Amino acid sequence: MARILVQDAAFDLAAETASLSAGRIDVGAVASFLGICRGDDGLTALVLEHYPGMTERAIGRIADEAERRWPLTGCTVIHRTGRILPGEPIVLVLTASAHRAAALEACAFLIDWLKTKAPFWKREEFAGGSHRWVEAKGEDDLAASRWTGAA
Amino acid sequence: MRVLYFAWLRQKVGIAEEDVAPPAEVRDVAGLIRWLAARSAAHANAFADPRQVRAAVNQDFATPEHPVAANDEVAFFPPVTGG
Repeated sequence: MARILVQDAAFDLAAETASLSAGRIDVGAVASFLGICRGDDGLTALVLEHYPGMTERAIGRIADEAERRWPLTGCTVIHRTGRILPGEPIVLVLTASAHRAAALEACAFLIDWLKTKAPFWKREEFAGGSHRWVEAKGEDDLAASRWTGAA
Repeated sequence: MRVLYFAWLRQKVGIAEEDVAPPAEVRDVAGLIRWLAARSAAHANAFADPRQVRAAVNQDFATPEHPVAANDEVAFFPPVTGG
């Protein structure tokens, strides 16, 4: 059963990682993806909007699919919402398994599908007060499509 | 029927949600978009390019052909950009 959190607050990468192997000796690998807000082109903040209710359902389904495909001993997805500054973390995906291949592949799968199948929208704010909604990227669809099959 | 708008669709329509009672001939997501677009200039602007609009019915992604009914929650939004 995956641990799924959608929250404004920051998260503790070390504590989240440690909790996936705490008190057990069957975990041989923990893989992580940490997405961080970049400050390209004078960006001063990202504002993350989501669809409360559907977001948790969608991430839950993606995590269920990861657990169906790989023998995971644990899985954590934390996605922040609200205003995020350059350098701050946005999203954390952790996967634990007995061996590295399952953990690494499941982690890549989770972030690829999160980008294309979970209802979040990013708005970029720039110095000077201008802002724009981020447009979906074809390369994200391509990355998601390499894990063929429906959720 | 409860209709929700997110991201730039919310900004263009000018509201985050509304309760609507479309006529019986509105049977699917595509039909609902056409009916909503006729409600105001702001709605028409938001739905001006349907290719940029995605939908969910009762919190599941839905195609234009997906049926809609009186008690559904239907959401409209741009392609997602999380992660």
